[in-house]
Amino acid sequence: MLHIINRSPLTNSALESCLRIAQSGDILLIEDAVYGATTGNAFEPKLREALGRFRIYVLQPDLEARGLADRIIEGVSPVDYGGFVDLTCTNTSCQSWL
Amino acid sequence: MSEENSIKKFMFVNRKAPYGTIYALESLEVVLITAAFDQDVSLVFIDDGVYQLKKGQQTKGIETKNFSPTYRALEGYDIEKLYVEKESLAARGLTEDDLLVDVTVLDRKEMGELMNQQDVVFSF
Repeated sequence: MLHIINRSPLTNSALESCLRIAQSGDILLIEDAVYGATTGNAFEPKLREALGRFRIYVLQPDLEARGLADRIIEGVSPVDYGGFVDLTCTNTSCQSWL
Repeated sequence: MSEENSIKKFMFVNRKAPYGTIYALESLEVVLITAAFDQDVSLVFIDDGVYQLKKGQQTKGIETKNFSPTYRALEGYDIEKLYVEKESLAARGLTEDDLLVDVTVLDRKEMGELMNQQDVVFSF
C-alpha cells in the first residue's frame, strides 16, 4: 500500500499515526509533509527508524518550493510528478492520511 | 485624539508553513494593509511559521507564486520588527543563516513578554 502524507510532522499527527499503524510498504511525503524528510528536523529520528520498515519517497518539487532540496535525509528517495504516478500504479491501493 | 495615541502595537503571529495552506500569504497581505495605516507592526514566526523565511525557495515546480521575496521588501514599508522563536528554529534544524531576511531571535520567554505588550494580535 502507498501511504500519502501532506502535513508537517511537527504540527500534525498524520505521519506519526501512519508510522504507528502501517506495517510496511511505501510512504510518499508531499506538500508540507516534505519537512519530515529533512535533516535537523525534530522528527528525523522517527523517520530514520521508519526507513527500516518502509520505502520512503519525497516529492522533489515540494521540497524545492520550500528551499530544502539540499537537506534530504539519507535513504529517502526524491521523486517527481511522474514518480508519484508510478507509485500509485505499482501499489494496489493507496491511502491519503488527511 | 492625538496622532501618538492613535498608533497601536499590532502583532502578527505566523505559525504555518508556506504553500501547504494559504495562511502565510494571507498574513502578508494583511501586514501590508496595516503598514499603510502607519501602525507599530511586529511580525513573529513560531513553530512551522519559521519555514516562511527559509532561503532558496523555488516554486516553479509547484506552479505557485513564490512570495518569499516580499519579506525582504517589508523594510520599504517601515516594517522592520521581525522576530523568530529560537526553539522553533532549533527544532527544524535551522539557524539565522538559513533565513532570507534579518530577524531578531527571541527565546520563548522573551516572545511571551513581547506578546503581552501588544494592543492587537492577529494569528495566522
